[in-house]
Amino acid sequence: MKGSLIIVAFFIAGIIVGVTHLLPPMSSLGNISYITLCALIFLVGFMIGNDAEIFTKFKRLNRLYMLLPLMTIVGTLAGCAITTLLLPNRSLSDCLAVGSGMGYYSLSSVLITQYKGAELGTVALLANIVREVITLLGAPLMVRWFGKLAPISVGGATTMDTTLPIITRACGKDLVIVSIFHGFIVDFSVPLLVTFFAGL
Amino acid sequence: MLQIILIMAAGIATGWLLRKRTFKFINTLLIVLVWALLFFLGVEAGENPAVIEGLKDLGLEALLLSIAGTAGSIALAWALWKYIRHKEGGKR
Repeated sequence: MKGSLIIVAFFIAGIIVGVTHLLPPMSSLGNISYITLCALIFLVGFMIGNDAEIFTKFKRLNRLYMLLPLMTIVGTLAGCAITTLLLPNRSLSDCLAVGSGMGYYSLSSVLITQYKGAELGTVALLANIVREVITLLGAPLMVRWFGKLAPISVGGATTMDTTLPIITRACGKDLVIVSIFHGFIVDFSVPLLVTFFAGL
Repeated sequence: MLQIILIMAAGIATGWLLRKRTFKFINTLLIVLVWALLFFLGVEAGENPAVIEGLKDLGLEALLLSIAGTAGSIALAWALWKYIRHKEGGKR
């Protein structure tokens, strides 16, 4: 719990600094968030390689974990379909297109802006940023309440990059391979599903 | 994405080469970098006018969609988790 609160505090501090322009623009710092992410991914890899038993653990992993990407996609689309009832000015395909972003906000917002206009594109940007933030901030609680697959599923397309370090901490090293596999499959589904629903 | 995979592969190789030694500070370094990443992501969101302007009119709609998608995926992930635990429990 304390760990989550510290993470929330850093994120909020970042937003305040961003809104008030206390720092020079991030673009002038030369991709510093991407470099931080790369360092994190290297560390996660290091932890996998450094663990003598990790490869035998991977081999013993239940094949059923490979169904998780399907759970993520079906669950997300079902949830967003229900939302249509609460948003009278949005069609079913609008809601499904936004949901299909699965946290991959850069790609989904650009695609939806092209097909459906800037307004729905902005909704996709915000909704998918929020989804990533929910994963980053809520992973430990999700593990406690809904099991170790919940943060991986909520992470959507981001579980092999942005949210992988947090998932590694919250779920343990054993499920790292599930997270990477899940991110890989869902990542590929995003452009396909978004263009499909946005084209309807 | 290729870059991310290569960096992870480099990390795995480095970790494997140094597997005879234990590195206790890795966990600390990991969490400090997570803090830094979240801070930078916050700055990026905060200084993006599309995000801050859009929040006023479209924020509620976006929040609703992300919560619904999150809840749906949690429900099915939870079901799969329980099913796997149940099956593995039965085997042992």
